[in-house]
Amino acid sequence: MLRQLPRLRPALFTLPLLGTALVATACTPNSAATPDGTGTGPAAVTVTSTADACTLSTTQVPSGSVVFTVTNDGDDVTEFYLLASDGLRIVSEVENIGPGLTRDLVVSAKPGDYLTACKPGMMGDGIRAPFTVTDSGADVGPTGALADQIAAATASYLAYVKDQTDQLLAGTQDFVTAVKAGDDDAARALYAPTRAHWERIETVAESFGDLDPSMDAREADLEPGQEWTGWHLLEKDLWPPAAADNGGTAYVPLTDAQRAEYADKLLADTQTLHERVHADDFPDVIDAAAIGNGAKGLLDEVATGKVTGEEEIWSHTDLWDFQANVDGAKVAFEGLRDAVGTKDPDLVTTLDARFTDLQALLDQHRDGDGFVLYTALDEDQVKALAAAVDALGEPLSRLTSAVVL
Amino acid sequence: MTEPTPQTAPPAETPQHTGVTRRSLLGFGGAGLAALAAGFAGGWGTAQAVPAASASTGSTTGVVPFAGAHQAGITTTAQDHLHFAAFDLTTTSRDALVDLLRAWSAAAERMTQGLPAGTLGPVSGPYEAPPDDTGEAQDLGAANLTLTFGFGPSLFDDRFGLAARRPALLTELPHFPGDTLDPARSGGDLVVQACADDPQVAVHAVRNLARIAFGTAQVRWTQLGYGRTARTSAQQSTPRNLFGFKDGTANIVAQETDDLAEHVWVGAGDDATADWLAGGTYLVARRIRMMIETWDRSSLREQEGIIGRTKGTGAPLSGGEESTDPDFARAGRGGVPLIDPASHVAMAHPSRNGGVRMLRRGYNYTDGSDGLGHLDAGLFFLAFVRDPATQYIPMQTAMAKNDLLVEYLRHTGSSLWAVPPGVAAGDWVGRPLFEA
Repeated sequence: MLRQLPRLRPALFTLPLLGTALVATACTPNSAATPDGTGTGPAAVTVTSTADACTLSTTQVPSGSVVFTVTNDGDDVTEFYLLASDGLRIVSEVENIGPGLTRDLVVSAKPGDYLTACKPGMMGDGIRAPFTVTDSGADVGPTGALADQIAAATASYLAYVKDQTDQLLAGTQDFVTAVKAGDDDAARALYAPTRAHWERIETVAESFGDLDPSMDAREADLEPGQEWTGWHLLEKDLWPPAAADNGGTAYVPLTDAQRAEYADKLLADTQTLHERVHADDFPDVIDAAAIGNGAKGLLDEVATGKVTGEEEIWSHTDLWDFQANVDGAKVAFEGLRDAVGTKDPDLVTTLDARFTDLQALLDQHRDGDGFVLYTALDEDQVKALAAAVDALGEPLSRLTSAVVL
Repeated sequence: MTEPTPQTAPPAETPQHTGVTRRSLLGFGGAGLAALAAGFAGGWGTAQAVPAASASTGSTTGVVPFAGAHQAGITTTAQDHLHFAAFDLTTTSRDALVDLLRAWSAAAERMTQGLPAGTLGPVSGPYEAPPDDTGEAQDLGAANLTLTFGFGPSLFDDRFGLAARRPALLTELPHFPGDTLDPARSGGDLVVQACADDPQVAVHAVRNLARIAFGTAQVRWTQLGYGRTARTSAQQSTPRNLFGFKDGTANIVAQETDDLAEHVWVGAGDDATADWLAGGTYLVARRIRMMIETWDRSSLREQEGIIGRTKGTGAPLSGGEESTDPDFARAGRGGVPLIDPASHVAMAHPSRNGGVRMLRRGYNYTDGSDGLGHLDAGLFFLAFVRDPATQYIPMQTAMAKNDLLVEYLRHTGSSLWAVPPGVAAGDWVGRPLFEA
């Protein structure tokens, strides 16, 4: 899920809502519902951006969590920046605020002098003014090294994606050879282990919109008249269903010529994927948000496809895919670990524990080099896996916001 | 039972948006009618109506405080909609369980005020993060939302070190004759009863609590309900159940503090091993499917005979109007009693049940159809009692064996919960259980 969705919301947000939110304090425990963790609620600053003014409700707040609620009262798209006192380093920013819209910028602000800037028309230095964060005594984590940490995370994730693509290509070559040779036993043995390389980087592969449907479409995904190609077509031919499981009609095996055609196409698509991932401009799409959203996306894949047994409906090798998705999410998280730890160390602790729990549960279903078939799982086992996926998916959905400025 | 607990604080859950008192809202005189709320169709007598200034009519702006001596959602004027959710814990950590109850309490305190579940709300917070509230209750108001939490018998096994604190009465309900219980609709470690005058507000609350619980607890089953089956205000017309009969039971109401203490609230000293439950109560939840199609094929004579009331006005077959006391001795031609002794109104009468009362709070449900073209619909029975062993089990045992209505009922889900006392503002529900 590398695709960024710059969707703007209608301006539903109103100040009274935030105002009342700040009143209700009580003792708020650490929970998913209170990401600021303090329970007292963040400081609130309203910002009104027009063509020639950038009006803040206050220019001084105590250190800790600060919410800038930025309303664009001008006619051009605007942006709002919180800058370090040198006027160069961007502490945080919110972009693409359309006319009439309101968006929030949440900052974990350390004591110090800053500059604020509205940038109507998204041009120039913007309308700047001093802004002060006083020392509230609240513990605000260091942020200085964040950029370096994210750069390191990006580089290591990029290397991982390339490596998995290399292995996918090599494995697919062997698989295609076996399929074309009619060596079904060898092809079946190669199917799940090879696909694991795909599943580990599935969200990256999916970001190439044309390759995913060509390579990984399930029969149920097709629209009328659409030609079926890719892994799952060959899966069905390698694990041919009985008529009762095939809509009541006898399954017709692929001819040798068809097999060769589809196998070659799968290999060609895999080579295309490999080329794109190794292209010079590919690193441009891998940033912290892409990695964080990719990790969440992989868990979403598990929650909606693998834990339900819908991904590998003929081979029932869903747990191989399950493991591979989790592997990919774990690698993404590991790369971002230092950056996350800088901004939200509790999230690191939670994710470590949830990854461990889920892996322990998956390990119970290991069989030899792989896993038992999905059909061997009973209802309670599936339910336990689903609970562990939800348990991990919820905090993982906060990964991206913990690493982007 | 021991002496009733003195009620030192008035029920805190009076809606704040109205100037009229709870008594005028409820409008019940009811004390003279030791009316038992048994199962269906107004087992028995509705109360004498007391004129009142106004009625609560589904305003969505009403706020029922979360904090109070007792949990809200018990004596609170029955709202129109229910979302009931049972959870199983997926953790074995006592600390994680406590954290969940803290987080639930904080979110409940906010949502019952009409605020988002989290402090940032549905359209704020980091743009790259999922919002800390799911957002479908924006603009809907608090809708008199109440969130009531309870503990199931299974919570007191060996996982959390609570076995020694299990209330003696908190055991799985016995098998009643004719029970066809679905394990997937029964039991659980924790329960949340969400009631509101807007169904989306109730669903929103449970959805956000379930989200907070991920990693600690998993939803085991849920039940949506509509059309409150308990009449709580003289100004409300008596609700009808899905059999078409008025379900005009006279509940124990908030003002009857003596009756609440005697029949609903667990007293200090009721259970030496479970003092933490003092000020709490037990909740019996039964999913009772109604055999709608066969009922609809029965004659009006049979329907009224089975219930013991007229289908139109709800008057007992011994005569009078809805609020008239049934006269079980009055006989018609051939000396046959006008009200069949096995009719629902007779079976549910206090004279058959040791004079016990309960506080009913049930809802109708319709869960689509059953694949055979029949409605999967009925009553989600909810009753709060001080002692299920005397206030529910004997009555249900007798009714399951003898009540004429049983032919048209299938009990498909069952659970019993210990509902801890209320919390102070900012406190968390169930704390007395964990802090000895």
